[in-house]
Amino acid sequence: MKFLVFLEHHEAVLQKDSLGVLGKAASLGGEVEAVLLGAGVEGLAADAGRYGATRVHLMDDALLAAPLPQPRVDALETLVGEQDFDAVLFAASVLSADVAAGLAARLDAGLNWDLTDLAVEDGKLVGKRPELGDSVYADVGWTSEPRLALIRSGTFEPAESAGTVEVEKFESRLQDFSLAATMLEQAHEESQGPSIEDADVVVAGGRGLGSPENFALVEELAKALGGAVAATRAVVDAGWYPYAAQVGQTGKTVSPKLYIACGISGAIQHKVGMQGSSVIVAINKDPNAPIFEYADFGVVGDLHEIVPKLTELVRQRKAA
Amino acid sequence: MKIAVCVKVVPDGQLRLDPQTKRLDRSGEATLNTFDVNAVEEALKLKEAGSDVEEVVIVSFGPERGLEAMRKALAMGADRVVLVSDEAAAGSDLVATSRVLGAALERESADLVLFGQQAGDSDGAVLWAAVADRLQRPLISQVAELSREDGKVHGKRQTEYGYDVLEAPLPAVIAVSDAINEPRYPSLKGIMGAKKKPQETLSLGDLGVDAGDAGEAGSRTEVYALGDPPARGDTVKLEDDGSAAEKIVQFLLEKKAL
Ligand SMILES: Cc1cc2nc3c(=O)[nH]c(=O)nc-3n(C[C@H](O)[C@H](O)[C@H](O)COP(=O)(O)OP(=O)(O)OC[C@H]3O[C@@H](n4cnc5c(N)ncnc54)[C@H](O)[C@@H]3O)c2cc1C
Ligand SMILES: Cc1cc2nc3c(=O)[nH]c(=O)nc-3n(C[C@H](O)[C@H](O)[C@H](O)COP(=O)(O)OP(=O)(O)OC[C@H]3O[C@@H](n4cnc5c(N)ncnc54)[C@H](O)[C@@H]3O)c2cc1C
Repeated sequence: MKFLVFLEHHEAVLQKDSLGVLGKAASLGGEVEAVLLGAGVEGLAADAGRYGATRVHLMDDALLAAPLPQPRVDALETLVGEQDFDAVLFAASVLSADVAAGLAARLDAGLNWDLTDLAVEDGKLVGKRPELGDSVYADVGWTSEPRLALIRSGTFEPAESAGTVEVEKFESRLQDFSLAATMLEQAHEESQGPSIEDADVVVAGGRGLGSPENFALVEELAKALGGAVAATRAVVDAGWYPYAAQVGQTGKTVSPKLYIACGISGAIQHKVGMQGSSVIVAINKDPNAPIFEYADFGVVGDLHEIVPKLTELVRQRKAA
Repeated sequence: MKIAVCVKVVPDGQLRLDPQTKRLDRSGEATLNTFDVNAVEEALKLKEAGSDVEEVVIVSFGPERGLEAMRKALAMGADRVVLVSDEAAAGSDLVATSRVLGAALERESADLVLFGQQAGDSDGAVLWAAVADRLQRPLISQVAELSREDGKVHGKRQTEYGYDVLEAPLPAVIAVSDAINEPRYPSLKGIMGAKKKPQETLSLGDLGVDAGDAGEAGSRTEVYALGDPPARGDTVKLEDDGSAAEKIVQFLLEKKAL
């Protein structure tokens, strides 16, 4: 089986998840090649070689400088048209999800998303994934080639190996509509703000808090427990809390001893950032909230009643 | 200017799969995908802000009984709905769905096509990119702040590395995040008026889409098997009767987490 792995990079570093996917592909025993798209990125090819790629297909073009999906669909269409790949694998991200889905439409090729494992069974590639809030596990497949797959973020750890890599350059004509969207400001990691990765206790607040002022409830509980405060994307996007405190796919990954989720529905994109926590407590008024599928201790109730009481009880304990 | 909003009708409450067809069980109550209500709201805001927006049309692909749930968008203030529904279309994956929806949008030729953040049942968060490719239109996804000037749209959005700002000329495809706005509640007048607004149901044939290009025949993915998740060990889920805080403390003490 011949795999092509899409390499994502930011500020001259290959994204960890794409290296993890390279390693997974290598472990399946096929040929593992990778594709690198960008401007001035040739130097990153060697890194891909150290994580499992034997060949890197490189398109280095100023038009690919901004991390936008549509020109990448054009480039991949050209590449998979010239070479036969059984599967094209993507580590899920905001960019790669849009690239993978655009490519699926362009090629009429099947895309399975949110996979947490890949296996070759009876010579056939099988994707594995939990779905419906991770309440069901499914084995999925493809009826056409190339098979396109998005791997859930944080799934595979990169494994360093002593490989060398061949770089093969290619070119592609980019379509006008693909170049129509442009980037006016590009994101940079915001380093200021509290560090939540090292905290033993994380108390997280979501939209169920109802207003930015109510973050005080979460802050008080975190203070009583000696922990840090985290937030969901929904409240960060709404400007209720700083991005530095966000947990999830596009935020931080934390694995504290205790994670208390208050008014958080528990979307997969949030879960991937905190599923490594030892103990998860959830307070949510909706008994069907997905968070209850993976909380160790779930309370169906109003956080405005429960959180202040909990804070008070913790304070009393600590004072005693 | 015309705005089209793509919405999905999803099962209300707990989701389950039909073990026979391995498809989502859509037999119970249905509701407008909550993430799409944000897209409807954003379209209405644009219409209210700019005198040049003539129409907000709601477009969906799915079972015929979805029409009722789609009326919520009309009650909020949208002008018209178009539902593509066809026996032959059940079980459509991304490839098939984007083809059908693309054909419906082609027919509308809207200047701006809006999507919600994700379908609450399948969690793909990808459909817009496939549709933008079919329509050959520029795309901005995950938009948390949208603005419009001189035939262009600007979108601020979060990625793994912080916030970007993107620009696209119209016509364009935009997918919004669940925090872009606070959707309004339909007024009583809106609800009463919704039934009278134009509601069109189209078949694949009406769109010139071959039945073999939709449904399972037009799909490129399949589900082999379904199973239960791994056992989770001891977990507790309880309803608060006023003593939940004490119970959490007891639990934390048992787990030596306090
Ligand atoms: C590409 C992509 C990347 C993403 N990345 C991230 C990420 O990094 N991190 C992240 O968090 N999300 C991320 N998301 C968004 C994610 O899908 C969810 O939309 C988001 O996590 C929801 O946030 P929330 O739980 O605060 O809000 P909601 O989903 O609105 O949940 C609020 C919850 O509060 C409960 N509630 C309301 N009132 C009360 C009350 N009084 N008492 C108790 N409970 C109450 C409700 O029942 C509800 O379950 C991403 C999405 C996409 C598409
Ligand atoms: C549990 C589950 C898993 C699935 N996994 C896959 C898979 O891996 N690969 C695959 O190809 N298919 C899959 N499907 C089928 C998939 O749901 C359909 O292809 C679907 O129509 C595409 O939706 P999405 O989930 O990608 O939507 P998303 O990309 O999550 O939806 C984004 C936005 O698109 C709009 N939208 C979504 N559906 C419609 C619609 N029918 N009509 C109008 N607008 C719409 C809404 O604005 C929505 O907010 C799955 C279905 C289920 C139930």
